[in-house]
Amino acid sequence: MMSSARRMSRGLATVSAVLAAALLLAGCERPPVDVVQRGFRGTGMELVYNPRTLVPQTYQNVAPDALPAVPAEGPKAKDVYKNVQVLGDLSVAEFNRTMVAISSWIAPTQQCTFCHAAGEGFESDTLYQKVVARRMLQMTQAINSQWNAHVGSTGVTCYTCHRGQANPPQVWFRQPQSPQAARIMGDDAGQNKAVGTGLTGSLPYNALAEYLLEGQNIRVNGTTALPTGNRQSIKQAEFTYSLMVHMSDGLGVNCTYCHNTQNFGKWEGSPPQRTTAWHGIRMAREINSTYIEPLHPVFPASEKGALGDVAKVSCGTCHQGAYKPLYGAQMARDYPGLVRAPAASAAAAPRARQAAR
Amino acid sequence: MNTYYQNLFTQVQPTGPVTMGVPLGRGNDPRTGQPLLLHILGRIGNAQIGPIYLGGWGIASLLCGLLAFWIIGFNMLASVNLDPIQFVRQLFWLALEPPAPQYGLSLPPLNQGGWWLIAGFFLTLSLLLWWVRMYTRARALGMGTHIAWAFAAAIWLYLVLGFIRPVLMGCWCEAVPFGIFPHLDWTAAFSLRYGNLFYNPFHALSIVFLYGSTLLFAMHGATILAVTRYGGEREIEQIVDRGTASERAALFWRWTMGFNATMESIHRWAWWFAVLCPLAGGIGILLTGTVVDNWYLWAVKHGVAPSYPAVFPPSVDPATMIQGVK
Repeated sequence: MMSSARRMSRGLATVSAVLAAALLLAGCERPPVDVVQRGFRGTGMELVYNPRTLVPQTYQNVAPDALPAVPAEGPKAKDVYKNVQVLGDLSVAEFNRTMVAISSWIAPTQQCTFCHAAGEGFESDTLYQKVVARRMLQMTQAINSQWNAHVGSTGVTCYTCHRGQANPPQVWFRQPQSPQAARIMGDDAGQNKAVGTGLTGSLPYNALAEYLLEGQNIRVNGTTALPTGNRQSIKQAEFTYSLMVHMSDGLGVNCTYCHNTQNFGKWEGSPPQRTTAWHGIRMAREINSTYIEPLHPVFPASEKGALGDVAKVSCGTCHQGAYKPLYGAQMARDYPGLVRAPAASAAAAPRARQAAR
Repeated sequence: MNTYYQNLFTQVQPTGPVTMGVPLGRGNDPRTGQPLLLHILGRIGNAQIGPIYLGGWGIASLLCGLLAFWIIGFNMLASVNLDPIQFVRQLFWLALEPPAPQYGLSLPPLNQGGWWLIAGFFLTLSLLLWWVRMYTRARALGMGTHIAWAFAAAIWLYLVLGFIRPVLMGCWCEAVPFGIFPHLDWTAAFSLRYGNLFYNPFHALSIVFLYGSTLLFAMHGATILAVTRYGGEREIEQIVDRGTASERAALFWRWTMGFNATMESIHRWAWWFAVLCPLAGGIGILLTGTVVDNWYLWAVKHGVAPSYPAVFPPSVDPATMIQGVK
């Protein structure tokens, strides 16, 4: 017969074993998950979804209803209002409808006064928000008219990124170099920090700046079986890996959504989404370098990052965990002001920069 | 009802005077530490702890190992600004990184990879000294040196990863960082950079020996446990004086899979499987980047990688179609 003391110690051991197991598994998602076949059978080309995280995410990615349509005829906004630089060709009714929609997408509580200084005329550019909004309208037009390789005919609206908030919920800043790099020990080499979602592991934390702003080379794979001069290092592969994990995280998909994982580098046998994503990387790069960074003097210091830079976009800024932003809701087609090509003067700058890159 | 041998795998623990071990020959230090008996350890092995033989090699190895451990640990602690809470919270993420690519094989500044070189030097020295200790202790007991040579196989893989391959590649940056997640990220990045390590045949062989080891370990452990009732756990005696335990174990495997190892050969099977795992793996790592740059393309070239029916419409690299954009 077991003594009560021994029984107690055995119970304690069981409890601590269960606790230790629970602690170990605390970071895991509980099964079951849904698996979707992606490529040829038996090759592990699969997408893994957790229905318990997918359901709440579906509700977070619902597009708001379009405002009632208004006549496109009538006097134009530029003839009725002063200082209308981007949407002047819209009818007054369509212009006002677009303004109301934008205020509900970006500043649902402050409404007009978020961009238009109270007590001044609507033409006043006193508030920096208005200057930023004007540039963002040009950006939206450029995305919807020039980047169809990425956004297709669905396009984007302000809501795609903003989601009812003045600042889009998913943005990034340049991370400062660790102060320890200048000391005698403790340099982190730009990685090895528990930052982000945890999905990024200990990968480099400034990778987005390298690729979504600077245009560094993403490709690390050699194109020949034997060495023929490809000098990309493993450390460089970690930078690329960091960008790719961000994309996977931002879109809520596995590597297999875009890559044939037999060999990540080869295009033959890749899902067509990889081509869309390739254009997306260039699109994010142009948005950041042509539209966001030049707004640096406009933004107040309180809106800037640790290095004084402006909040920049990544794949997650629009996608927010969905393979298509708002699961492909057709929002932009209801707002003709957002889908037209920007005026020649606004379009000139991005074109010149793209050619130089 | 059969009568069985008294099974030596028993929960009854006889306690008696502790033993200091066999007398040591000339040129040996004395063993240190008063042995003690721990009942809980007696349930999974020998209840007696100690004495320990340290000796010159052991002390030198421990000192070098501790030095490497402290250099790595203090760099990690310094990287979170000496904050002990962040040190614990982020411990799995922290690392001591090898030098950046621009330094090649030159000596980098202390904080830009110099500490990594120093830590690596002392860790290597510690492992090599420990190997000497394994070898000399086995000899001192009149044993064969199988354990030392098995350990040498692991050291081979370690040296390939951290020294031989980086030197051949001309860059310390090719070596592995010291850190939990960082070394795992390095492993993934290594495979990504060199076109999928799963197409490396030596990597495949290494996995065969790794999983083969666990399979052999399970088969052997299960076989011996199953025949302990006939004295089968006295394996060494059974090698020279085969008894009914050996006969039954052999017959079992001959019945079920047609072939059986012997009481002696099963241990050679296990030793070689275990040793060939890092040996083959080390060769695979050594060839990566030095001789083969893209293992997938290598496998295609040599008919190793199968081709599958196309599932997606053909994809073309957009960079080859749009000029001026990369």
